[in-house]
Amino acid sequence: MPQFRTPSAIPGFGLTYGFVWLYLSIIILIPLGAVVLWASSLGPERLYAILTRSDTFAALRLSFSLSLLAAAVNAVFGLIVAWVLTRYSFPGKRLLDASVDLPFALPTAVAGIALTAIYAPNGWIGSLFAPGSLWASVFGPLKIAYTPLGIFVALVFIGLPFVVRTLQPVLIDLDKELEEASATLGARRPTTLFRVVFPTLFPALLTGFALAFARAVGEYGSVIFIAGNIPGVSEIAPLLIITRLEQFDYAGATAIATAMLALSFAILLLVNVTEAWSRKRLGHAR
Amino acid sequence: MPADATLAAAPSLGTSAPIQLPSPIAESRGARIALIALAVAFLGFFLLLPLVAVFVEAFRKGVEAYFESFDDPDTLSAIWLTVVVAAIAVPLNVVFGLAASWAIAKFEFKGKSFLLSLIDLPFSVSPVVSGMCYVLLFGAQGVFGPWLAKHDLQIIFALPGLVLATIFVTFPFVARELIPLMQEQGTSEEEAALSLGAGGFRTFWSVTLPNVRWALLYGVLLCNARAMGEFGAVSVVSGHLRGLTNTIPLQVEILYNDYNFVAAFAVASVLAGLGLVTLAIKSGLEWRYGDQISSAHRH
Repeated sequence: MPQFRTPSAIPGFGLTYGFVWLYLSIIILIPLGAVVLWASSLGPERLYAILTRSDTFAALRLSFSLSLLAAAVNAVFGLIVAWVLTRYSFPGKRLLDASVDLPFALPTAVAGIALTAIYAPNGWIGSLFAPGSLWASVFGPLKIAYTPLGIFVALVFIGLPFVVRTLQPVLIDLDKELEEASATLGARRPTTLFRVVFPTLFPALLTGFALAFARAVGEYGSVIFIAGNIPGVSEIAPLLIITRLEQFDYAGATAIATAMLALSFAILLLVNVTEAWSRKRLGHAR
Repeated sequence: MPADATLAAAPSLGTSAPIQLPSPIAESRGARIALIALAVAFLGFFLLLPLVAVFVEAFRKGVEAYFESFDDPDTLSAIWLTVVVAAIAVPLNVVFGLAASWAIAKFEFKGKSFLLSLIDLPFSVSPVVSGMCYVLLFGAQGVFGPWLAKHDLQIIFALPGLVLATIFVTFPFVARELIPLMQEQGTSEEEAALSLGAGGFRTFWSVTLPNVRWALLYGVLLCNARAMGEFGAVSVVSGHLRGLTNTIPLQVEILYNDYNFVAAFAVASVLAGLGLVTLAIKSGLEWRYGDQISSAHRH
């Protein structure tokens, strides 16, 4: 009979292993099990009816499209930031590096009201686009806070560290010999970057994209202040869950949560498959 | 050509000034400056500006108005509640983190990677859904709702719910700092202590714990910052009863929605300060004790 665990001289396995499962079950597994239980009791027809209600559908569509867009922007700028932080040296680099973690350090509600203050029509950035500004006289006024654009800004804010922190270790480990080989073979720098460096970074970039996306879909605190929360226009899916719970509509809340989990899972699966494919194509062992 | 460039780029030992040739394995000077400027501008606009805004808005009506904001019983009870919740949730997650890292790093058993992914699970669940779980279990119409009502027990809209939701969202923080480090360290030191006659607990207390102390501090720091700043999950289970079930972030929301902006930003500045202190100690640990924390954070 194959053994469950390799024998060891160290004591305390039974105690710690048992405690881990007990604590895990009480805090995580049983509560998440309750969600599965509620969702399975709904049945496909009821689930479909709830999700195709116009406000629910609009909220899910808004959350997912803005999260994908914000993660894409973060992938581009996160790559630039990670590159600058690992390859160049300049004064204030350590401070800049530490500031990347600000979205992790600043509680979401604090970030939410601060972003709203900045992007509101009378805020520092919002006023640059408000009626009467130079921008408004040329392109017409642009409202950022209390619109989907404001939600997008908040989602970019919270997603950036995921891309940067995923890329940094990979960039540090990146073999410079590849770039030297490319240069000696006559490639100019942009060719080396786009044909040699970026393809090797692609899997890590996708992981960072996926993490930023997953965080953005579920994000609540930094979004609700700047969103304006107009039903059907700027109401995100997590807010709708809270609204349903406040109406004691547990079935509705569970249905939206289930749809969020399922859609996120599908997108993350797609990202993982693409990542595995690109690793294989590049012959990566990692 | 590449050889010349390397020579020219090396610091000059002679008296003649070095000739700067473009390196074939680095971007041109112009491109470098442009990329640095772009990164600084992006981080400045998106990350630093909100931080500055918190303090500017908090002091908009002067220092006196700032301190008057804390002269509010609801705000004070929110600060107290937050401290209580963190004081229960963080130690419990520390005990769990130590137990989990001991079981996972010091032993080989089947299903280890499955257990590891279960521990990371709370990171991929939306905070709102984390709070919702407990409402489905303990809410008025939840699984245990009628039983709790009959016995006059309250979990949702009360302290236990806040603590449970906070533990859920901060669950992996300590464990995921300790597990990789203890796996790197292996078991030889513990085996040596045991063979010299130390008991299991003594081995843990005087060998294992000192080896992971900076990583433990790192994990506790991140766990505490998240516990005190959590908004989405506690928002679902709190019920927003003023002076009773509002933590600091929820109090910020209430003040903000009351158009009491100076007070909202003043209270928010406390959390921002906590975040900054956390960030400073965290960066300090990464630079000073980089070899004694998980390799994922080494610089």
